Amino acid sequence: MKEEGIRDMGFPVRIPIGHWIDLVVIWLTDNLATVFDAVSRVVGFILLKIDFLFNWIPWPISIGVIVVIAWLVSGRRVAIFSAIALFLMGSLELWAEGMSTLALVTTAVFISVVLGLPAGILSAKNERFDAILRPILDGMQTIPSFVYLIPAIMFFGIGNVPGIMATVIFSLPPMVRLTSLGIRQVDFEVVEAGHAFGSTPLQLLVKIQLPLALPSIMTGVNQTVMMALSMVVVAAMIGAGGLGYKILYSIQRVDLAVGIEAGLGILFIAMVLDRILQGVTKRQQKALLRQ
Amino acid sequence: MNKESVTRIRCEGLWKVFGPDPERVVDEWDTFDSNITKTELLDKTGCVVGVREASFTIAEGEIFVIMGLSGSGKSTLLRCINRLHEPTRGKVLIDDQDVTELSSNELRGLRRTKTGMVFQHFALLPHRRVIENVGYGLEVQGVGKAERESKAMESLELVGLKGWERSYPHELSGGMQQRVGLARALATDPEILLMDEAFSALDPLIRRQMQDEFINLLRVVKKTIVFVTHDLYEALRLASRIAVMKFGAIQQIGTPAEIVLHPETDYVAEFVQDLPKVKFVTAKDIMEKPERWMVNPEYSITEMINKMDKENIWYAFLVGEDQIAQGVVDYRTLTSGNGDKRLKSEEMISEFPTQQLNTFLESLVSVAAKSTIPIAVTDREGRIAGVISRERLLEALST
Repeated sequence: MKEEGIRDMGFPVRIPIGHWIDLVVIWLTDNLATVFDAVSRVVGFILLKIDFLFNWIPWPISIGVIVVIAWLVSGRRVAIFSAIALFLMGSLELWAEGMSTLALVTTAVFISVVLGLPAGILSAKNERFDAILRPILDGMQTIPSFVYLIPAIMFFGIGNVPGIMATVIFSLPPMVRLTSLGIRQVDFEVVEAGHAFGSTPLQLLVKIQLPLALPSIMTGVNQTVMMALSMVVVAAMIGAGGLGYKILYSIQRVDLAVGIEAGLGILFIAMVLDRILQGVTKRQQKALLRQ
Repeated sequence: MNKESVTRIRCEGLWKVFGPDPERVVDEWDTFDSNITKTELLDKTGCVVGVREASFTIAEGEIFVIMGLSGSGKSTLLRCINRLHEPTRGKVLIDDQDVTELSSNELRGLRRTKTGMVFQHFALLPHRRVIENVGYGLEVQGVGKAERESKAMESLELVGLKGWERSYPHELSGGMQQRVGLARALATDPEILLMDEAFSALDPLIRRQMQDEFINLLRVVKKTIVFVTHDLYEALRLASRIAVMKFGAIQQIGTPAEIVLHPETDYVAEFVQDLPKVKFVTAKDIMEKPERWMVNPEYSITEMINKMDKENIWYAFLVGEDQIAQGVVDYRTLTSGNGDKRLKSEEMISEFPTQQLNTFLESLVSVAAKSTIPIAVTDREGRIAGVISRERLLEALST
């Protein structure tokens, strides 16, 4: 009867979004191959150099440098903690993998900052751009990261570069959001003062807005780093190396011992980076606010 | 305002309406109920009126105070002058140049060289040292570091902050921070200073001190000042002229005494009613023209008596050609006299109260309490400029 009629009814239309995107991606790979190739080569080159550098420096020197940085920006406790964590990682025979992961993260974060900072500035200054950007950023953060592994492979093939690209997509949003937020939060009267003394828009940005937004921007960098770290295992599925690959290997072999050790390695790197970056953020906040 | 003084700022029919359709509100203003409130207007049009048809001129060297309660549009009006707010309608002329028609580049030029601004909450850059804050206006103009710092130092010296140039703003007290704000505005040597509630965020004692220092400072550096405040006392202390605002419209423009003694609208009257008048009203504001009280020393006694009869006064000042009061005659002494034609010197009272034009009512009262003779008000050269009788004084006190 009536009720059954409704139960039997299928949806009247099937919107083939998947198919359309398929077509777009295929068109892009066919026609913009040179662009992707160029991007791939540049990113690959940067990564290769960073990876080489990190693995080339003897581990005592690396630890030493990181400890000094930690000491300078975050104090003694973080410095001691960093030394222990990094030493433990090495003693788990994960130094090379750790450095590769660090290189991947560094490259991804570098690209995220280069793209995210201007995008954040633009979205703080232009309401329409912000309105368009917002849902895109939401999508980048909420669509499961596995989904954009596929176009990453189609555009950039297998290996480290598509891994970095997928990581960038995932870790870019906090950078954009917190840059935008930081600039919007700058005291309105101070911005007015900038105008009242005849600053050009660029002077206003460079001399007033960016310096005052720096704590927020650094929080963005911190979050970007954490998101990038959380992507290393996923990126390993399409050929990225480092600790992520170790974990993927352990899953495939159901090897708990390898998995736990590699997981601890990621944890150590994450904690060291987080503590140091938090130190940077705190210093900037202190410089800006009344103590 | 003197006729010969130079007009620096002129506003003509200035409107500022915030909201989705500001032009329409201006066009249709006359169709609205004249007593429409802010909320009614907001519900009806989605707009808020900041400034409503403001027109005034400010002369060189004036301290023009815009006074009103919060939300009266005083800060908005101030910001229309250097176009931090874009006026909806009307003109703002600075030295006969229409500010509303400047390109953004020309406007920047105006803001860099002609106007300086001081803000309520100081609006200093927390990441810069005091000297870098003060030099900001010069920095955006592209002035070199050495010149910038030397000018910033001069300006810091003016506000009494020498020695603090390497500090950060957060290391200074509120009063000192606002001095930095003032030094920053002075560093580019602008002709016009726009001051938005500049002392309102300070403690009462510090505020008073800053007001005094500001008045002293203006003796050294000649500026035209537009000063916004909600504090009536501050307005009366600083102003050459005051514009009282309510709901975006200027209610009255006048000197402090005009505002206090002759409020033109109920609103202004209400504003000044609780004011201790004795502290703001001067002899000049309440004195009578002296002619009625003057007799020529050359007059015969009969002539003097006739004049005093005619004017119905008990005392008269003996004033010669030089307009200087030599003494006072008492009607009773004259009439009880022995019929001499000429005034004898012992019949003249040589001790009588005199006061300056700018003496406050407060002091006049205590002077009047000690003598029944009216007070002679003299100008700087000692010439008689007016007379204040006890009746006059009581009248001034009672209104």
